[in-house]
Formats: sequence, C-alpha cells, structure tokens
Amino acid sequence: MIEFHLDTRSGVAPYLQLIHQVRNALRLDLLRQGEQLPTVKDVSTGLAINPNTVLKAYRELEYQGLVAARPGRGTFVTGTLDGPRLAAQEPLRRELARWLTKARRSGLDEESIEALFLATFRSTAQQEDIA
Amino acid sequence: MTALHTSGLGKRYRQRWALRDCSLQIPEGRVAGLVGPNGAGKSTLLNLAVGLLAPDTGAITVLDGQPASGPAQLAKVGFVAQDTPVYAGLSVGDHLRFGAHLNPTWDAAYAERRLGRLDLDPGQKAGKLSGGQQAQLALTLALAKRPRLLILDEPVASLDPLARREFLQDLMAAVAEYGVSVVLSSHLVSDLERVCDYLVVLAASRVQIAGDVDALIASHHRLIGPRRDPATLPSDQLVIQASHTDRQSTLIVQTRHPVLDPAWTVEQLNLEDLVLAYMSQAQDGRTAARPVLEVQR
Repeated sequence: MIEFHLDTRSGVAPYLQLIHQVRNALRLDLLRQGEQLPTVKDVSTGLAINPNTVLKAYRELEYQGLVAARPGRGTFVTGTLDGPRLAAQEPLRRELARWLTKARRSGLDEESIEALFLATFRSTAQQEDIA
Repeated sequence: MTALHTSGLGKRYRQRWALRDCSLQIPEGRVAGLVGPNGAGKSTLLNLAVGLLAPDTGAITVLDGQPASGPAQLAKVGFVAQDTPVYAGLSVGDHLRFGAHLNPTWDAAYAERRLGRLDLDPGQKAGKLSGGQQAQLALTLALAKRPRLLILDEPVASLDPLARREFLQDLMAAVAEYGVSVVLSSHLVSDLERVCDYLVVLAASRVQIAGDVDALIASHHRLIGPRRDPATLPSDQLVIQASHTDRQSTLIVQTRHPVLDPAWTVEQLNLEDLVLAYMSQAQDGRTAARPVLEVQR
C-alpha cells in the first residue's frame, strides 16, 4: 500500500500532491491494479490534513479513471499509467536531450536552462488550463 | 445548514470595538480556520459563538440556534478555550466523571478509549500533565460530548511541534470519523493550511476575507511586471497589496478571471502569502472604504 507524504513548502496544493503521488506510484509500479489506497480517515489522520482534501484527490483520481471507490470497502486501483506512455517517452527524451545540447551550445548555463524550461512549462500549462 | 452565521455582529469593550460589522456564513461540515493578529477579535468572535459574551450589535446563530440558549444548544457545541484549560487539582478520571455528569450526550466509551490510546493515567492530577497532554485531555472532553460543532481557541499555541501534530491528527480523525464541524483560531498558518478547508481572516476588528480555501487560492494571484499604476488594471482585478521599485511592480490581486496580460508574470499564492496580504492591508487602514469580500465555492 502506498504511504502519502506532504511537502508544505512546495506551494503545491495538498490534494494535488496526493494525486501526483498516486500517479507516480502507478508509473513506478509501486501500486498495481486491484490494490487498495489507504482510507480517507487513515490519510487524514496520518498527515493531519482535512479529510475533504483526501476525498477531493480520490475523486479526481476516480475521474481520471485510475481508481474506483467501492462503497463500504474503500478505494481501489483500477487503471494503469504504463504501456503506450512509456513507449512514447523515449523519442521525447531524445528530443529533449537534443534540445538541451542546443541550449548549452547557445551559451545557456544550467540555471538559465531550468528557468527557461519552467517558465515555458508553466505558460503552456496555463494556456491549456484556459483553453 | 450553517455552522456559524453572523450578520452585522459587533462587540464593544467600553469605547473600543473588539469586533465590528462581522458577517459570516461558515457552512456545516467544514474545518474553518480563524486567523489574524493578536487583538483582532478572534477570541471575541469565538466567545460570542459559545454564548460566553453577548453581542452589542447584530445577530449570531450557531447551528441555527442562539448561543447557549439552552441544554440542547449547549449539547451541540463543544468548546476548548484558549490554552486548553483543565482543572489542575482534579484527576484525569475526575474530568471524565465531570464530563459524563454534565453532558447528556456523553460517550464514555469513546472518552476512555481515547485516553487509553494517549496513555493518560486516570489517577493523575491534571495539573501534573504536560502541555500536550492537557490539550489532549481538553480535546477529549470536548469530543466525548459528541458535539456537531467544535470551537477551539488557539488550541495548539503553547504546544511543541510533536504535540501539535498529534493534536491535529486526532482532530482530523474525529472530523473523518464523525463529521464534526470545526472552527479553530490559530496563528500558525502552516497548520491551518493542512487542516482547514475554509478560512476567515480577521484583522483590525473586521473580517477581511472569508471563503473556501481552494476558491481563495484560485482567485488570488501575484503579478510581477514592469512598473504600472494599479489604477490602470482591469476592473475585475482588485488590488490587495502593491509594491513598486523604479521599474518593477509586484501586486497581489483578487480576480475571478484568468490574468491574460502578457506583461505580467503570474504566480500562485500560498495560504500564508494570502493571509499576510490581507493582514497588512488591514494594518494600512485601507479597509474602511472597501466592502468585505466573500468568496464562495
């Protein structure tokens, strides 16, 4: 079973952190189909966070088709995040590596590359949110 | 139903208003955090809610009843006053007997189970307990009466970090298990960020902002960009805080719409930034001309 943690300095909303951790565990095969997520009460008590926050994360994961709530029994993993996604990663990784080489050749140091990546990542994510 | 409903609520101590024009609607089923500087009126509001104080202006209802209007109302509301007071000369067991005697809805099994888990010796005098244990005893008493609303005034202020975490864990367990609504005041915004889904900022005796935490976070942004007069912003962007250098402006704005102006770098605020922005705005005394904001989900 997965154990959640919370990084309060990250600025990422707690419910999003829970979602990320489940998605990460699925990607890394630490959580598999049929396995149960900790109960809302256990997560809420363990981390000292509002139960509604946990519920919200679980509802969102349900909406993403990754888990399903079985009344009276708990929340279970029903989806996976491997397969086509992993296969698609390799070409993307190579493209990114090429881009990084290009960025270094243009004289950008690591800090500038990171800042550029984050700024672009955020602005495109924001545009997708609005769209 | 609302856990706490106030309209135009005010309380005056001689010439000084401790709380003014306070209008709030905290829904049931929430954990609401009450935050603000010392002397902002937090304890006054909580004492009004439990009927220890009577208002000078306006109205207050708690779970649709008048505070302390009778046994039924008293049974609905659990209260832990500032610094989690216990009777120093009474034993832990005496506290439970006392609680059972005074509360018709007392859940003795719950109280004993809880104290057992906390490893509190029933024979021990409450005055000899550590601060954390006293807080846990006070919380146990408030929870064992099975209230629908729990009101806590700075329950963790005097606790060390571990005791604080344990207290909040137990509080969240009660919320998850019994669905008890909570209103708690605290200075520790990082704690509130974990446990609260509703926030009220009180400063200078007035409500500065109140609303669902996620809605508050989603509707506030930090804008950083070339220097600009805040008066030239779109009318849907309300400036909470502004600071300027020769060439740069940093603004905290409240808006329901996305900020699309490409001149701005838009940053998310965390709860602490948001609370501080409203508190310093109140300190600057610019609130009188501004209507109180209420952000709903």
